[in-house]
Formats: sequence, structure tokens, C-alpha cells
Amino acid sequence: MPKLTINGKEVEVPAGTNLIEAARIAGFEVPHYCYHPSLSIAGQCRLCMVDIEKTPRPTIGCNTVATEGMVVNTETDRVRETRKSIMEFHLINHPLDCPVCDQAGECWLQIYYMKHGLYDPRMKDEKVHKPKAVPLGPHVMLDAERCILCSRCVRYCDEITHTGELGIFERGDHSEIGLFPGRELDNKYSANVVDICPVGALTDRDFRFQVRVWYLDTAKSVCPGCARGCNIDVHVNRRRPHHAEGRRVARLKPRFNAEVNTWWLCDAGRYGFGFVDAPDRLAVPAQREGGTSTDATWEQGIAAVAGALRRLPPAQIGVIASPKMANEDLFALRRLLDLRGVTQVAGQVSPRVPGDEDDFLIRADKNPNSLGAELLGFGADARTVIEAAGQRRLKFLWVFGHDLLAGALPERDVLEALRVVDTVVFTGSNVNWTSAHSHWVLPATAWTEREGTYTNFEGRVQRFRTAIEPLGQALPEWDIIGRVMTLLGESLQATRAEHLFRQLVEAVPAFAGLSYQLLGDTGHMLATAEASGRRGAGPSGAAS
Amino acid sequence: MAEIVLMRNFSNPDSHTLAAYRAGGGYAAWDKARQMEPAAITEEVKKANLRGLGGAGFPTGTKWSFIPKNHTGPVYLVVNADEGEPGTFKDRYLLERDPHALIEGMLIAARAVRCTKSFVYIRGEYVEPWRRFSAAVKQAYDAGLLGQGLDIVIHRGAGAYICGEETGLLSSLEGKKGWPKIKPPFPAIKGAFGQPTIVNNVETLCCVPPIVARGAEWFAGLGTKTQGGTRMYSVSGRVKKPAVYEASVSITLRQLIEMAGGVSGTGRLKAVVPGGGSAAILTADEIDVTMDVDGLKNAGTMIGSAGVMVMDESVSIPEALMVLARFYAHESCGQCTPCRESTGWIYKMVHRIVDGHGHKDDLDTILDVAKRGAGTTICAFYDGAVGPYISYIEKFRGEFEALIPHA
Repeated sequence: MPKLTINGKEVEVPAGTNLIEAARIAGFEVPHYCYHPSLSIAGQCRLCMVDIEKTPRPTIGCNTVATEGMVVNTETDRVRETRKSIMEFHLINHPLDCPVCDQAGECWLQIYYMKHGLYDPRMKDEKVHKPKAVPLGPHVMLDAERCILCSRCVRYCDEITHTGELGIFERGDHSEIGLFPGRELDNKYSANVVDICPVGALTDRDFRFQVRVWYLDTAKSVCPGCARGCNIDVHVNRRRPHHAEGRRVARLKPRFNAEVNTWWLCDAGRYGFGFVDAPDRLAVPAQREGGTSTDATWEQGIAAVAGALRRLPPAQIGVIASPKMANEDLFALRRLLDLRGVTQVAGQVSPRVPGDEDDFLIRADKNPNSLGAELLGFGADARTVIEAAGQRRLKFLWVFGHDLLAGALPERDVLEALRVVDTVVFTGSNVNWTSAHSHWVLPATAWTEREGTYTNFEGRVQRFRTAIEPLGQALPEWDIIGRVMTLLGESLQATRAEHLFRQLVEAVPAFAGLSYQLLGDTGHMLATAEASGRRGAGPSGAAS
Repeated sequence: MAEIVLMRNFSNPDSHTLAAYRAGGGYAAWDKARQMEPAAITEEVKKANLRGLGGAGFPTGTKWSFIPKNHTGPVYLVVNADEGEPGTFKDRYLLERDPHALIEGMLIAARAVRCTKSFVYIRGEYVEPWRRFSAAVKQAYDAGLLGQGLDIVIHRGAGAYICGEETGLLSSLEGKKGWPKIKPPFPAIKGAFGQPTIVNNVETLCCVPPIVARGAEWFAGLGTKTQGGTRMYSVSGRVKKPAVYEASVSITLRQLIEMAGGVSGTGRLKAVVPGGGSAAILTADEIDVTMDVDGLKNAGTMIGSAGVMVMDESVSIPEALMVLARFYAHESCGQCTPCRESTGWIYKMVHRIVDGHGHKDDLDTILDVAKRGAGTTICAFYDGAVGPYISYIEKFRGEFEALIPHA
């Protein structure tokens, strides 16, 4: 562990740490463009200059490893002058089209110009023109004029996805990022290049022109797209609702978690939020009788469920929970079912074809909380419940989220089950075939509209937070369940998800010792998972 | 004049053949070197004060000694025959007229650094030199000189100047875009294909057989205190006999111009570029300098590749700078920002001045931009461009100002 001095402050850093990271540890920011902790050192932007005692001129921090006794200064006059020059070089051919650029407001050219540039422009000549609005693939748009040629995207495709779609073509100030002939930037993780692009050269085709970034609010969350549980930020547009035609969730961005996803997010997860603001969202409770559906009140819907649960013997009640539900929902449901002694319970509907999986982030299990569901007794396949229903043993069936026809359950069995059960209740966020054939629809919030926790495949319990208000009258599942319990004369004793999590921690040994505070922003392993060595696998292929 | 060492065989029309080379005593140095310990060869080259003749002037023996002693994998010798410095055409003569001298130099150098596989990176435009050298390599294989401890792979460039920069060359050789590599690590530690590598210029290696054959003291004695030997000067521009001339490194620039027949054109000297396009320009009264590495360094310029470009009174310095600035803007590899952006910018400004549309602050902007970018880049390309930018304007400012309206 070399000890060095940075701006007069002594700091000890792990062996092999470069001066950008060493300065970061010491609490100083060294501006940079091409350096990214997950990628090889390129040394191209020349912005991360620092002064090292006894060297004749400023040196790039990214390619200099901290050594014992090194004396570094990140703020000498000549370092500041060099930065200013480098900023001018970066900007002479830049189109300065910030007013129409999606990156404006989160652009490192803007940020660093204000911090380290502030020179008087001297460029009087025609700028170099390059291709604009070039689609590189399904998700990424290139504006080569805005590009500062830091090569992060090229190195990302070479070193992280190993797909090598991108290169830098031409020479000198005509250099430009581009696709190799016949290639398309369509790997499963392609949109990460937008995140690591420090400027507006690579923009997100889904997000661009939707809303200016300064109108966005953000909430820390977890991707619900598979059992990995990649950490994300949910960016929502509440302040300019007229800008994106009512679309509230503007985009998802990966959030660093060394143990789960590092800096990355797959495209499937990133663009999997469309259902949140889709026209098929369920927004009010509804009752269907004789083929027609009419809006109902929550009181009516809750009363219908509570009535059936009170009236029917437990053997005639079936419940199909979902591994897309949060731990808190499942715990509330577990309490309700235990109260009534219901045992015809399932959680899984197997997919027709196995989910896509790779050796990086993507998991075949497309549910965010399968392990949590299993630990709370909802690991069984829905097949047995459907069979019971088909054999007319059930009079009441409550389905959470699933479209029973979309999975591997035999179609005939499902149709028969739904036909013969007296009361089918569907609780979920969006219309599907099952909701359309239920007697009651009780609308649930999307994960962005509430808080809760998921347990990922490794046993890491992670929090997701409220990013936007529930749509219409939708409620979190735990709240729906709680209202049912109240009618049954029992209180959930929870006015927010965290209260249920506290009860869950007390009741289920696997969760022992956890709390929202302990989970923090990056989650915590289950006690059992930690003991059984599930911990710390992390994503393969990425530096952490 | 000093002894002719490098061009000793040039007058023989068959000098490129093995028979002629052997008849002139060729490969005797190799026979001697193969009896020597590798370290002793390096020591001899160090004592000879041989300095790299490709441009940087780094002591050759010292460079060889940087190869890690405990390295167990391959060590590569790479010959830089990508002669592209403006005004330089010496290596092409060596490749065409004395290819076996290079092969012999490679054999000796390879033994010194314990290399068994070497690469010769030849400039793409050099078709005839490539043919001659390829034929010589074949002869050397047939004669058992090669393939018995040393193999040579010939690689042709595709026309980029930056591939003459040693690490740009290595990137290109590896099949990548010819981008210079960030240092550290230096090639001697991690070069071609990640292995310790020595990159030497053609002419440098051609000096090695005479050093081994005739001794370090003799070679050192041909030059100055800090640089031994003779070297080949490519003299072009306004001289009566433009050609390659061999002379001691201690010759003065004035003597060299006389050797080339004196100034042609108007007959009155205006300026001289002493060391290829990237060297700072010298005025007519700055030519009493010795043409060794340190002599020109002290004169504020550099010997570089010893491409001497002579300009008489009729030459427009702004136009000359414009041509060079266009060259640097065109050849900048674009990898790092200061060089990529300012070579193009400076060319536009110089072009505009020559075009009669200069602004009064353009000259100061060029000087400031050049100075600000100097020393901030991955390789020496930009520093090479800065030499002319600054010197042409500082030494001939009046000529530029005369072109600028309201200056």
C-alpha cells in the first residue's frame, strides 16, 4: 500500500492505483474523459494532467501508478493552464449545439468548460463536419461532430462485450467513431455506450428528444427484468408532463454496484419499463360480469375478496403469487394465507421457452424475486393449483401478475380452470389475458410507483424506491392484502413497506439481521446466502 | 572529407547482391560477432557512440541494454524502414543499394539482444527498395545466413507517416490502426505483441557491421565527442546537386551545402531545414553548426533524420509552412486531442494567411496554440510539428505579417 502526498494531503492507496483514483481517495477530482475504471488505459484525452514532483512537465494521471513517497499536485498553475488548453482543443471543432443536444445538462464538455475552461474562444475557421444522426443500432444514435474521440465506446465493445462493432476511422481531425462494415451495434448491452459517452455523441434513441435532463427526477431502484437485480436509477419526468406524451418514466440508467452489475445494464432491462406508462395499465378496480367489465371501488373489490376468504373453506381457495412481487408483498400475502390456512398456493409459472442467459449479467429467470418468493413459501409451480381448479376443487382463485396463458401451463387446463372457478381475482399492473378473464381486477402499482425489496439469485436483498406516484388508483400488493386482512379483522400493522420488512426479518430466519438501513443503496446478502457462500460472485467478465 | 562507411558499396551496380557484398568483405563482421558474447556486442556499440539515425538520436547500445535480462519469452528486433520524414530519402538508398548491410546489422543486433525473430517495416511507397531487400533476404536464407537463429519478416506499410513513429509502427505491425502507444511501458519492456522489442532505424543498423569489423574506437573517432560515425544526409531543395551525401556527424551545415554544389535558384540562401520536416528552421546566418545530435540541439533545432532542405531567397516561408502544416494536419493520427485538433486548426490559420485573409492576431494564436500543445501528447509527432510552426513564424514574422491585411 503505497503512501503518497496529493495536494499536501497524505493518503495511502492500494498498490497499482493510478493517480486519478488516488486523488479521488484523497478527496480531489482530476477531470478526465477517456479514462474509465472498467476499461483499459487509453491516455488519449490528455485532460487528466497532474504535476508530480521532480518531473519536468505535467503528466497524465490515468497512466501513472501511485508510488511510495510520490508528491502529486493536481492544482498547480501549469496544470490549470494545461487543462484549459486541452478544453479548448476538445471544443474547437465541437458544434456547440447544446440547445438541441440531449446531453445538455449532463455533458462533461459543459461541466468541464465551466470548471476548467472559461477561455475566450479563438477559433474563427470553419469547423470540421462529420456525419450526424447516424443510427448505430437499435438503441444508439451517433453524432460524430459532438464526439471527442475518447474511444470509451470502442474499448467497451472490445473489452466488455467482446463484440468489437466499433472503431475509429480516418485520421487527424477527420477521425470519427463508426461501425465496421456490415456491423450493427446490436449486442445485448449496447446502450451502455450511451452512459459512458461523456458527451452528446452517443445518445439513446428511446430517450432522445423526450425531455430535457434538468426536468428529470431520479430514484434509486433495482431492475426487475431478471434475477440479477442490476442496480439502476429510474429517471422520471414529473415536471414537464406535456413533453413526452404522458410518459412518466423517461429512462433507466445503470447504477454502480460492484457486487451485482458494476457499471452496466443489459438492453432488455434498460428498455423493459414500457409497461409502466403503457395504455394497457390497470388504473381502477373493476368487476366483470357476463362478459362486461365495470369500474368498481376499492371497497367493493376488497369486500369481494375478503368475503370469499371468510366464507370459503381454505381447501377451496387457491392463490398464485408472483416472483415479480416484492418481499414485503409476499410476506403480507403469507400472513393472510396463514391466517386463513390456505395451502393451495403457488408462485411460479414456468416460461414456455427458457429465458435468455449469458455469462455476464443476464439470467434465464426473468423474475426479480424468485429467491424471495421461494423463501416465503411461494416457490411451487402453478400447475398444481390450476389442476385443483380444473378438478372443481377451488371456488376462489387469486392470481398476482401472471398471464397464465403466456407460460408453459397447458392452455386447455388454464381455460378450464378459469371457466369453472366461481371467483377469479387478478391483481397486477397491466391488462393481460388472465386479467381479461377475471371476475375482479384489483390494480397494482408498477415497481417504480412504490418501494420494496427483491432478493436476487445470489441472495442479495436490494431496495427499490418510489420514483413516481401510483397510476390512477393502483395500490402496492401489500396494501391490497392489508385491506383484505382488515376486513377479516386482522391488522397488517404496516403503513409502509418497511414495516412489513421489519416483520419479515423477525419471522423468516433467512432475513435475520437485515433492515432497510443495512440494505442501503447497494443491498445486503441474506444471512443464509452468506453462510452458504453464495456471496460475492459478482458479474463475470467485468472488473469490479 | 571523412571516410565513406555507409555508402561504400553504392558505386558498384551489383551492390545489392550477396556476391558483391561478400566480395567487399561483407558478413565478415557477422562472422566475428557470432564469436562474441551478446553483452560484448552491446558494449562495443555503446563505446562506438552510435546514436539512432532515424530521428531521436538515442544511444543505440543503451537502448539494446534495456531489454530485461531475466525475460524468458521472445525478444523482437524491429527495423524501422518506414522512412517518411519530409525531405528524407537515405534509407531507400540503403535498402536498394546495400540491403545485405542491413541484414548483417540485423544479425549482429539480434545476437546482442538475443532475438530470433525480426521484422522489417518498409514504407508502402518504397516498392523498389522492398523488392531489392526482399531479394536480398531470400539470398541470405539460401546462403544459410538467415533461418539459422534469425528469421526476418518483411512487412509493408500502407502510407501513414505516423507508422514511422516507433510505437505507431508496432501497433501497425500488430495489425492494428497505427496509433502510437502510451508510455510507459516502453517497447524494450513491452513492445511488439507484448514482448520486449528493439526498434532501430535502417541506417543505424547499417552502422553496426563496420563497428564490429573495425572497432568502436575507429567509429567513435569519425564523429564528435558525443556521437560517433558518419551519417547520410538527404540534401534537397535549392542546391545545385541534390542527393544523399555521406559525411561525418561533425560536418557543418555550411560545408554540407557546399558539398551539394551550393545554393541554386537565386544563389542567395534564405533558410535551411536541417533535419527533416519536423526540425526547426535555421536562417542563412545560422548555418555554421555541426550536424551532430548535440550541435543542432544547441542551435535550437534538431538533426532528426538529417533531411536537409535548402531554401533560397525566392522561397516563400509562409507557403513552406502551409505545406508542412497541411502535412501534419493530414498525417496526425487523431488519437490524442491536442495534436488531432490543433494540427488542423493551425493549418487552417496558416492557409488563411497565405490566402490573404489573415487576422492580425492569427500569428500570436498559432504560436500560443503550438506552445500550449507541445509536450502534452502521447508521441513526438506534435512536438515535431511545433518546431516548424514556431520557428518559421518567429524567424520570418515579417514575411507572414506582410500577407495579413491591417497587420
